[in-house]
Order: sequence, then C-alpha cells, then structure tokens
Amino acid sequence: MTPKTPKVSLEEEIQDSRPDPQISLDMLLYFAMRKNIFCLILYLLFVLMPVSVFASEVKEFILNNGMKVIILEEHKAPAVTFQIWYRVGSKDEPNGKSGLSHLLEHMMFKGTKIYGASEFSRIIQKNGGTDNAFTTKDYTAYFEILPSDKINIAIELEADRMKNLVLDPKECVLERDVVVEERKMRYEDDPQNLLFEEVNAIAYKIHPYRRPVIGWMSEISSIERQDLYEYYSKYYSPNNAFIVVVGDINVEEVLRAIKDKFEGMSGSINTSILRFDEPEQSGERRFILKKEAELPFVVIAYHVPNFPHEDSFALDVLSLILAGGKSSRLYQSLVYERRIALNVSADYHGFNVFPYLFFISATVSPNGDVKEVESSIYNEIRKIVDEAPSEYEVQKAKNQLEASFIMDQDSIYMQAMKFGIFEILGSWRLFDKYLEGIRKVTPTDIVNVAKKYFIEDKRIVGTLIPKKVEASR
Amino acid sequence: MKNLGRLFLIILFLYLLLGFTGYACAIDFKKKVLPNGLILINSENHNLPVVMVSLILKAGMINEPPEKAGLANLVSETLAEGTISRTSRQISEELDFIGASFDTETTEDYISIDLSVLKKDVERGFGILSDVLINPVFPEEEIKRKKEQIKGYLKKLEEEPSMIALKACKKEVFGEHPYGRMVIGEMETVNSIERDDILRFYREFFRPNNAILTIVGDISEKEIDEIVGRYFSKWDIDRKSLYDTLNVGKIIQSKDTANPEKKGKVIRLHKDITQANIIMGGIGISRDNPDYYALSVMNYIFGGGGFSSRLMKKIRDDMGLAYDIHSLFTPNKQLGMIRIGLQTRNEAVKTAIGEIYRQMEKMRNEYVTDTELSEAKSFLIGNFKRRLDTNRKIADFLSMVEFFNLGDDYLEKYPEYINSVTKDDILRVARKYLIPENFVTVIVANQKYLNID
Repeated sequence: MTPKTPKVSLEEEIQDSRPDPQISLDMLLYFAMRKNIFCLILYLLFVLMPVSVFASEVKEFILNNGMKVIILEEHKAPAVTFQIWYRVGSKDEPNGKSGLSHLLEHMMFKGTKIYGASEFSRIIQKNGGTDNAFTTKDYTAYFEILPSDKINIAIELEADRMKNLVLDPKECVLERDVVVEERKMRYEDDPQNLLFEEVNAIAYKIHPYRRPVIGWMSEISSIERQDLYEYYSKYYSPNNAFIVVVGDINVEEVLRAIKDKFEGMSGSINTSILRFDEPEQSGERRFILKKEAELPFVVIAYHVPNFPHEDSFALDVLSLILAGGKSSRLYQSLVYERRIALNVSADYHGFNVFPYLFFISATVSPNGDVKEVESSIYNEIRKIVDEAPSEYEVQKAKNQLEASFIMDQDSIYMQAMKFGIFEILGSWRLFDKYLEGIRKVTPTDIVNVAKKYFIEDKRIVGTLIPKKVEASR
Repeated sequence: MKNLGRLFLIILFLYLLLGFTGYACAIDFKKKVLPNGLILINSENHNLPVVMVSLILKAGMINEPPEKAGLANLVSETLAEGTISRTSRQISEELDFIGASFDTETTEDYISIDLSVLKKDVERGFGILSDVLINPVFPEEEIKRKKEQIKGYLKKLEEEPSMIALKACKKEVFGEHPYGRMVIGEMETVNSIERDDILRFYREFFRPNNAILTIVGDISEKEIDEIVGRYFSKWDIDRKSLYDTLNVGKIIQSKDTANPEKKGKVIRLHKDITQANIIMGGIGISRDNPDYYALSVMNYIFGGGGFSSRLMKKIRDDMGLAYDIHSLFTPNKQLGMIRIGLQTRNEAVKTAIGEIYRQMEKMRNEYVTDTELSEAKSFLIGNFKRRLDTNRKIADFLSMVEFFNLGDDYLEKYPEYINSVTKDDILRVARKYLIPENFVTVIVANQKYLNID
C-alpha cells in the first residue's frame, strides 16, 4: 500500500454530499493512495470518456415540459442507475454567495413536504440501493443505484424533491455548519488541495470559474434560507434538468413512470446564456502558499479551450504523453530517472461548459528542489515543442484512451455519468465526435497545441512551501 | 411481526427474481487446483471485451519481521521493476502501450496483484504478469529507488490528519501484534531492508501453492487452460526442492492481544489544523469469527449505514457537528478492529465524544427497533448482490471468498447469514465489542484550541 497518488485535480471539484455508507474516509484515502499514477489517470478518464454504444441503442425523449430523458437498456446485471442532472453549478451563483449550489445540494436531502429530513437515503438504502450527489462548476447531479425492480422509488423521490423541498430554517443552519466542517477537511487542512484552490482563483479576474465549488469560508457562513429558496425556485425546474437511466430495465415502462411523475411539473426557467469577457492574461501569475506541510508541491496551470474545440483532442492525448502511466515523459524524467519528484500528473480539463485549465502538478521528493522540479517540467514541454513525439508515442496514448474507454463500460454508473457530462456540453451524442477526434490526432497536432497554449506569459504557477522546512533553514 | 413479514416478502421476491431470470447475480464460476498447487478460479462473462485478473499471495504484513516493517510492501512494489528479460522501463512501456492497468497492493494478510487488460491483449498481459511474478530480479538500484520513494510517502502521510490518527490508534489497540503497524512501515525499518530480505521473503511466499489466481471476463475456460498452462505451469517446479523445507504461510510473529492497561486511553497529537480529527478504536473480530454477521447488522445501525445510522443522524443531522461520522469494523485473518471516525470543530470535541459514548451505551443496553433491524438487513442483502456489477468487482470478490475460506456457496448463503441475526444477537455483540472503557481515543488537532479536560 504505497501511496503513489497526488490529490491531483480535485479542483475538478466533485463534492459528494456525504460519504458513502460503509465506506469511511480512511477507506477513501486508502483507495486514492493505492492507485498508481496511471490508474489515477485512467480513473480520471473514466469520468471523462464517452461510451462506445451505438447511438441507436440509446433512447432520447423530451417530456411536454421540456425535460430530456436519456435511457439505455443494459441487461448484464439486475441493477439500474437513475440520475438527474441540473444545469446549475457554482458558475451561476450570485456574487458573495459562493458555495450556494453545493449547500443546496446538501439541503436536497433534508426533507420535502412528503418525506422528512434524511428520509431519502433511508428509503433508498432499505431497498438495497445507494445514493449520492455532486456539485461542479457547471452542474449539480443526483443519483441512485438500485436493484432494477426498485427504480420507481428513485423516480418518485427525485420528482418529489424537484418541487417539494422544505428548506427548514433550522436544518439550513445545521447543514451550513456541516459544510463548514467539510471545507476544513477538504481544503483548509489539506495543503495540496488548498494550493489548487488558490491557483484556480488567480487564473481568472472576472469569470465565475474562479470560485471554489465548496465556497469561500466567510461566504458559506453568509448563506441564508432565503438565498437557498430563491436559487432552488429559479434553477430546479424540469426544463433546466435532464434524466439519465442506464440498467436492467424496460425503456417503455421506465418512460411511462417518469412521465407520470415529472410531466405534472411545468418548466419555468428562461435560461439566459452567460457571457464573461475575461481580460487576456499577459504575464505569468504566481502564488506562494506557506502552510504546515511535509513536502513542497507545485501546480502549473495553462488556459486552454474546452471540448469540442478542435484543439481539445490533441490536448487530451498530450496529457497522456506527459503523465499517462509510468512510461510517460514526466514520470520517467522527474520521478524515475532523477528522483526529484514523488509523483507527477497532467490533467486536461476539457469537459467544462466554458474554457478552463490544463494542470500539471508534482509533489517534490524529500531530496528534491521545488525550483528544479518546476523548471524540469518546462524542459519537458520544450522538448515536445522542439521535436514532435513519435507515432509510437502518440499511438500509446491513444491506446490508453481506448482501453479505459472500453473498460469503463463495465459499470452502468460510469456509462450514465458519461452521457450526463456530454449532455451538459450540448448532447450525449457528442461522444462520437470525441472518439473520432482522438483517433485523428497526429504528432504535429501535439506540437501545435503545446506551442499554442503552454506559454510562459499565460501560465499560473502555485508553489506550496512547507512552513516547517522554511523555519529549519 | 408486520415488518418481518414484509422482509420475507422482499427476500422471497429477490429469490424469485434471481431464480427465474438467471442473472449474472448467481455468479457462475469454476475452481480447480493446478499440479503446482496454484488455485485457479474463473468466471466467464462475454458482454465486454475485457479480462480482469486478480492474483492473491497468501502473505502480507503479518509475515514480515517487525524490525523489517514494510518488507512485504517493498517486495510487491519492486516486483515489476525488472525481470530476467525485461527492465523496469520495458515493463511500464509494454503495459502502457496496451492500455493495461497493473496494480499491486499489500495488506495486513495478503498481497494482491491486479491486471486489467483488453481481450485482444490478453496474451501480452499474461506474459508480463507471469514474468514479474516468476522471474523478478529485484535490482539493487531499483530497490534503492523504491525505498527512497516510500520514505518520501511516509513523510507525505504526515500531512494527513486522518492517517496520523489511524496510525496512533492502531498502535494502541493492537500493541505488539503486527496489526499495530502500518503496512507501509516506518522510516527506520524501511531503511534497514536489504536486497537479501526481499529475496528471502519472495522465495518463501511467492509460490504457486500459496496463491490464488482469479480470471473474470471475456475468456473461455479452454482459453484460460491454454494460457495459464503456458505461463503459470512452470512456476516453481524447478525451485521446489530448494525451498520445500520452508513453512509456507507461517506467522513470523503473533502476539494476539492488545496491551490491556492502555485501554480507555486518550491520545492527543498536535498539528496546526483547523478542525479536530478523531478516531476511537477497539479490538474487533477476525474474519472467521461467527459474530461477523451480527456485527455487520449492528454496525450498520450504529454507524456504518451512512444516513440510516444512529451516529450520522445524531452527530451530523441533529447536531451539525461533522461532515463525516462513521463506524466500521475491519476483520482480518487473525484479529480485527472496530472504530469510529469523525472530524469536528475544536469546541465540539467533548460534546461529540460524549454523544458517541452515549450511543454506545444505548446500543449495549437497549434492543434495536424492528424497523432498524429490517432495514439494515434489507440493505445488506440487497446491496451485497447489487454491488457485484462489474467484472473487476466479481474478480476481487471471488478471490476474497477463497482467501478467507468463506465457502463456494457464500454468495447464496449470505442472505441466510444476515437474516438469521436477531435483536438478541445484536445486543450480545454490542455488549461484547462496544465497551467504552476499551476504546482508545486519538485526537489530532491544534491542541492550543482544544479544551476537553
């Protein structure tokens, strides 16, 4: 159980509403640690990769209130996942109220006019299922995984909390305290995550992506019942949400049940398209975080376009060439050959509604030097710009993408997740475009995107300097 | 009685469902022992072109000498760092090129090596897996590199409050027993490990008659026989005479009870953090203890059942004191631990711990309700089978069933085991294992702000 994994890219920010039953924090940490970097990359790809399911097998319906329903019958095991995705995330929050989307997600478990606080999960669990939710910059999603004959329970409960949420004032105050503790655990007391949060915040001046999904501490504390209620009324509407179902079910039966529960609600939202004119960055932005920590850590971020921009495919392949597996360039050079870093990762975050960032991060070895680690990363980038990677190297990265793509289909939950992510970006059908785009990437494309985006004046660099180390020097 | 009736209906329904539809739920698997002693388990599943392999070696942390703590982990970590015919770099290059995932994990009791590979690359995958297993050379240089890396991670772990708490708690609860150590080892012990220690451990425990090979996915029995025959039948035959005097699987060190005078203790550790990280731990059970099932139900109701558990309801929902509060029990081969974990604000530490003790007393003194009992059972039974929904999970499950000798009919028997648990059983195990005086409480926090005296 050698821990090998940095907590890379938690900045992608999936904030579970609560720990899984039976899975403790220790176990989660343990899972995170036992994966090597390659597995971590695979894991990240799992979240990002599309399904190779023929579009014809997936059924799409639009309810009379504008709500989309995506269903795939998958009969390999008697289980089903039901997911409801709301097109609202931290990017939509009013100024001064960061963390509102995430706190509302928590409140969705705190009771409706029909079911009391925390009844939701109790009902799902006693039916042999599990449930959870997560909030990101762009969306908030809720899911259940159940024995397939129990799907109607999820349909009824999700429809109920879409319109009947109580938002009891006392519960709001208590849950705010819970989120404060969550923030301390995930950020305040985790120096690497805190650094990601800081780098993200200085990457933008205007764009709401600068906000952490969990919210700034003082702003979480300022959220009142009224804020939650207005936000809920505005965004939790059938035409601002869609449903994804994957599992051992019958399409017609499930659709009938969904119509029965959801069509009674009217779609109220008029979505306006958000626009943010972020001023161009001209000059490196640098941040130094001094916290009690054992090892220095460096995060380098570059502004990049999002999927399905034509450059997004090459950026994805490039992230694997840099840090996909132990044979990758950064791993070989920094971790294996020179031993100056304990781990290294490269993550292209292309699956966002707005253009976001490409992160490269590394934990410095006890004998390493943080400046040397940083400059070595730039060195490896320069090598790519100077000389195109070989066909073999590009093929290796594509093979990794393809393998994870196929292995991913083992899980109905992951399949549904991918439909959801692509639907958020426009349509679940985009996965075809994604695969096609990846297959077409050439070594020249790699050089071009590296040249175009990995620019000194446009990067954001964060370094964690352990306080202890500083004191002893 | 009404609840019990409903429960019966649910279970009957589940049984009928499984029986009639013949779903993958009743996992079809075959088991045999090869001439070299290797246990081979396979389950065919042709719905996806992937093959998931799990290889378990029945040796782990408990088999290493205490002064060499971290040895089992170091052996498994250096396994893929060079063989007779491949360098470390060649191994990672080959694995990455086929997009395979290769993962080793060392636990208290065993070492597992997992390979996930596409059907079309199964030949290459097995080639590498068998090579690192049978022909590793453990180059000096690679050992040095790994040791350095592990020591770096030991340092990194000091950043994580929950790991600091867990480490201290295990040490107190298990005392001199090997389970009192961390699998990764300590700075000094890892430092002291030499190549000879690695070779000795490898030769003693990495033998076919000490291993379980599980293969699940898009591969037929015939293909498996052929490929396993080619890659694994040679394993150990030519080395057998050299090592058959060694006692395979013996426990090098085992003192089986915790130090009694340390119980009930509170350990406070300082760290400059914003909330208090608390773990309360006590001696639990080994995996073969018949109390396992009663404890499963009890733990679900007490603190294992997420939002259905009493601890979560009280400490998070009613009091708003923590984001994460849970109890769990980790049953290992020889012994186990039962523990409660939470993070809370400094001012609330005393209140939270007090409430946990109150809940322990309640568990020990009162019957659980009919609803609690029936809901716990229906979750455990329903979720048990529902969870086995991927090839990887099935492979891991089958290996664990074999490793812990749970019986080939474990999957079918599990509902029975859970259903037979009564309220009296729950009271009995709560009284036996939730003894407040026997729990060690570790609080990692900024002690300046902690006022608990």
